[in-house]
Amino acid sequence: MLIATPPEIPSSEITPQSQYLNRRRFLRAALATSTAAGATVLGADRIAEILSPSVTVLAGTKLETVKSPLTTSGEQLTSYNDITSYNNFYEFGVDKDQPAKNAGLLPIRPWTVRVEGKVKQPRTFDIDDLLKLRPLEDRVYRHRCVEAWSMVIPWVGYSLSEFIRQCDPLPSAKYVQFLSYYDKRVEKWGEQTNISWPYSEGLRMDEAMNPLTLLTFGLYGEVLPNQNGAPLRIVVPWKYGFKSAKSIVAVRFLERQPPTTWNDQGPNEYGFYSNVNPNVDHPRWSQKIERRIGQPFYAQRRTTLMFNGYGDQVASLYNGMDLRRNF
Amino acid sequence: MKRSTLITFKTIAWLACLWPLSRLLWGAATNNLGADPTATITFATGLATLRILTLSLAITPLRRLSSRLGWLIKFRRLLGLFAFFYASLHLLTYIALYAGFDVNAMAADIAKRRYITAGVVAWLLLLPLVATSTNWAIRMLGGKRWSRLHTLVYAAAVCGVIHYWWQVKPGVLTPLTITVVLAVLLLARPIQTWMQRGRAHPA
Repeated sequence: MLIATPPEIPSSEITPQSQYLNRRRFLRAALATSTAAGATVLGADRIAEILSPSVTVLAGTKLETVKSPLTTSGEQLTSYNDITSYNNFYEFGVDKDQPAKNAGLLPIRPWTVRVEGKVKQPRTFDIDDLLKLRPLEDRVYRHRCVEAWSMVIPWVGYSLSEFIRQCDPLPSAKYVQFLSYYDKRVEKWGEQTNISWPYSEGLRMDEAMNPLTLLTFGLYGEVLPNQNGAPLRIVVPWKYGFKSAKSIVAVRFLERQPPTTWNDQGPNEYGFYSNVNPNVDHPRWSQKIERRIGQPFYAQRRTTLMFNGYGDQVASLYNGMDLRRNF
Repeated sequence: MKRSTLITFKTIAWLACLWPLSRLLWGAATNNLGADPTATITFATGLATLRILTLSLAITPLRRLSSRLGWLIKFRRLLGLFAFFYASLHLLTYIALYAGFDVNAMAADIAKRRYITAGVVAWLLLLPLVATSTNWAIRMLGGKRWSRLHTLVYAAAVCGVIHYWWQVKPGVLTPLTITVVLAVLLLARPIQTWMQRGRAHPA
């Protein structure tokens, strides 16, 4: 059999990343100008697609990582393909395969994170500074979706607590709210739902400070693909997946519990805490069992563990709380 | 209709009805049922059930449109039995892959989850129809009683569609197409009866 080897691309022909990104920025600016000028025969979206096809900038770039004692062992990792093609990211479509197709439009550079609310001084962090704030750790976590499927994902990041310390929250800050990127010109699929955007999630301060809560920049040792929440997201492994907000642009420190998207959508289906709990059913299905993604049909079924198996590290956060009422 | 034509059509009908199953078997053999194979199997068998059942319900209104379509009756049993076949695969998927043969879990589901209740009811309604699907059973019951018993298929189809609506997330509209088609087919019956009566006894 003949296998054609792809021609090598001399490094001299590779566009430096910075220029590549500048080109996109230039195109976006040019597009805005031309749109303003009314030169939109084809429609802005179509032009954007032709000039700048929805490629995933930066995704796949290797990250320098270190080992972590907080990683989960003894689990078979879900494949990169399944992790990056089976996503819930409703801003880019409600079907599982839509985010992978559509999230290329997410403008992940330049990217800043606003820190506001109960802090000594509101400030803005640049994504490239956040990447260098602490050593990036490889952390394998189980990921349990409220829809009763699960994965095992090797994330890359550092504990959110490290970032929160940099934010200097006031003692009155009891909750942290995370707001995701939203621009309805980019995420037009979000407009096809009755959800009010931007996506909002929140944690109690002690949950956010737990070392397991990960400020996440990558997976499988590489920069996050956009559909997985690039350029940065949180991962809260003992809670249902929707608590782990993606593509974060603002972090707010608050005295009171913030409104959160799915809790607002269906308070009887999705609680504020949403800890993985096999004893509290979703109204439409049992949470005792989960289906592991990527396994053959006869081997998918698994027993769901309390706190997704992270009880040793987090159960004490909820001492004295009725987890059936505070689901 | 010539015997050879009938055989050709029956072969086509069999192949078409076996198509969803072959796709699943092929997918299982090549490990190509998507990221969540259990969900893929559940959806494919459920959809095949509703589609084939809807086709079987199209036969009577079509035959009443024209006397030249009388031969369609030869396909109704085949479609009905295939609908039951897929409904049973769908139920088996739930029993084996979701409930893991856990009787307590199934009892709790049927009691608590209305979409499961509706689905199980739909399957149970099809049972007596399958049991009386032979020529012998039709002779034993007599045409009239047999026909009356087989009106249960309307209830089964309605339960099936309700099961579909109750299972999807609020706001998701995927069950709309099959619902509209089924509604047209069910409404066609009284409308056709009314029109034929009008023709027979002009006012």
